[in-house]
Amino acid sequence: MKTSENPYIPYLATIENAWYETGGERCIKTFKVVIDDKEVRENWNHCPGQSAMIGVLGVGESMISISASPTEGRFLRFSVMRMGKVTQALHQLDPGDKMTIRGPYGNGFPLEEWEGKHILTIGGGIGQAPLRPIIEYVKAKQDLYAGLTMIYGARTSGDLCFKDEFTEMSKCDDLSCHLTIDIEEEGWEHNVGFVPQMLLDLNPSPENKIAITCGPPIMIRFVLENLKKLGFADEQIYTTLENRMKCGIGKCGRCNVGNLYVCKDGPVFCYSVLKNVPEAFA
Amino acid sequence: MSAMLLNKDKWPEFVGKLSGKVWVPKVEEGEAIRFGPLSGEESKLPEYCNTRVPPKEIVFPETETLYCFQADEHEMTAPEIDERKIIIGIRPCDARAMKIVEKLFRWDVDDPYYLKHRELVTLVGLACNAPGLNCFCTSVGGGPASTEGLDIIMFDLEDRYLLETITEKGEALLKEVEGLLEEAGQDVLAQKEKLIEAAENKISRSVDTEGIAEGLPGLWEDPLWKRVSASCLGCGTCTYLCPTCHCFDIQDETEGFEARRYRTWDSCMFEEYTRHASGHNPRPTRRERTRNRINHKYSYYVDKFDLIACVGCGRCINYCPVNIDIVEILRQVKEAL
Repeated sequence: MKTSENPYIPYLATIENAWYETGGERCIKTFKVVIDDKEVRENWNHCPGQSAMIGVLGVGESMISISASPTEGRFLRFSVMRMGKVTQALHQLDPGDKMTIRGPYGNGFPLEEWEGKHILTIGGGIGQAPLRPIIEYVKAKQDLYAGLTMIYGARTSGDLCFKDEFTEMSKCDDLSCHLTIDIEEEGWEHNVGFVPQMLLDLNPSPENKIAITCGPPIMIRFVLENLKKLGFADEQIYTTLENRMKCGIGKCGRCNVGNLYVCKDGPVFCYSVLKNVPEAFA
Repeated sequence: MSAMLLNKDKWPEFVGKLSGKVWVPKVEEGEAIRFGPLSGEESKLPEYCNTRVPPKEIVFPETETLYCFQADEHEMTAPEIDERKIIIGIRPCDARAMKIVEKLFRWDVDDPYYLKHRELVTLVGLACNAPGLNCFCTSVGGGPASTEGLDIIMFDLEDRYLLETITEKGEALLKEVEGLLEEAGQDVLAQKEKLIEAAENKISRSVDTEGIAEGLPGLWEDPLWKRVSASCLGCGTCTYLCPTCHCFDIQDETEGFEARRYRTWDSCMFEEYTRHASGHNPRPTRRERTRNRINHKYSYYVDKFDLIACVGCGRCINYCPVNIDIVEILRQVKEAL
């Protein structure tokens, strides 16, 4: 069986660059990778919100969201939190090393459907990784969208990902960037407080908006509550789910929430669908 | 479709002439455990109701290498799957299960391993004259002589078998043994109908599935899940021995320089099955896991493929060490609707 006929055999990719976003026990490392095979690289099409199975041969694979937008070029980015066996092995990789990639998997955000609307992203911690490609995508196609508002928070300033990109973002006209951390810190010039509260304080009008939230389950719960308070309709709210996955192609069985497979039917879900799925926020 | 008769005394010749490895139920210490390759000593099919381990393992092995590689190298090679197998004596429920599971393995992305195994097997089923105590195939769309998934169906007529072809694959198989068969007459076909009717009447257990698929998600927080899972040990026997359970894990294994990535049966009844790397588990207790097992079979699969992912073989009832009974669970579901 050739690779192209066998969805389980991954492509090889070379790490072009790698850096730490955050420190500590559960640190986050970002990898910029390029798929080795020229034909595969050129035919690779992903949309923001999709994921890929990345891995290390001999250790295993993990489903990680692709945090680069296709508008950025023919490379991929993955921001990986050091957690279990596979992510620990990934963290040992440096520029020049190989990782394996299968994908892209899942549905992605319906960005074409959202054209003409104002995009509001609400992220927490590592949850900013699947939101980053939306921001990059909308920035690259500013004419197609009414605007972009980003709310992003983490426990401390050291836990925020993609910090180097914020300064540049705050220079864009149609884009407003709001950062928050949970606890007061010396030298911190932005907001202090939880993400859901910051959303309420900003008080965005739901008119012509799409809100997308990713982050820890507890944050998502309160963000959803607050979006409803602000008058957002279920159809205007999107989130992504994650579950343990093995195959990525709807066969191995474990990632379902109710009758939906996160790997195939998700990871992006509209709240109007999700609110009827009993297991969605388990 | 042809209907042919085979005298049982011609059995050794019959299996000897077939081109392909013949697999039959293997009996150990008086019990049919699983299917295995035919050996020289077997001059007939054994007496059995059904095998303990379903023949799903022939098309979906318990562990299967996805690809091999050398440690520190990046060349990945998938094993060739090329052995033709003729499975004789598979029960109609287990063949139906393969047809049901195939839907999933074809869904959107083809699973090349499953489909290759499936393509290479010819299924010669044996209709049930005497269904088991916990069989309930007739409640879930099957029956003791269901032909779904089969290439040939055989009926045991005491001293001979009636063989009816279902597919072209089955037709081709019978061509190989033409000389040993004779055409079946109307009297035999009438006898067959009587056998089927008698077998159906022997099935004593039943489930009324009406409304279950639509109603199950609404019973999410019903106390019944706590009740029916209270004695569960989480051993996973119900899923390992289930002919439609198809969930798997993927693991890596290295021995010296030789390494492989393989898949291996997994079970939604295991705690680690859904546990995230963070430690969070969306199905933390056996209550949630049992609820998922029943919902997957009787609701989610119906939603996706318009089929119940249960063929009523009764194995999960027969082999559960604490007597958890899916028919009883479904009765309680029905009651709670």
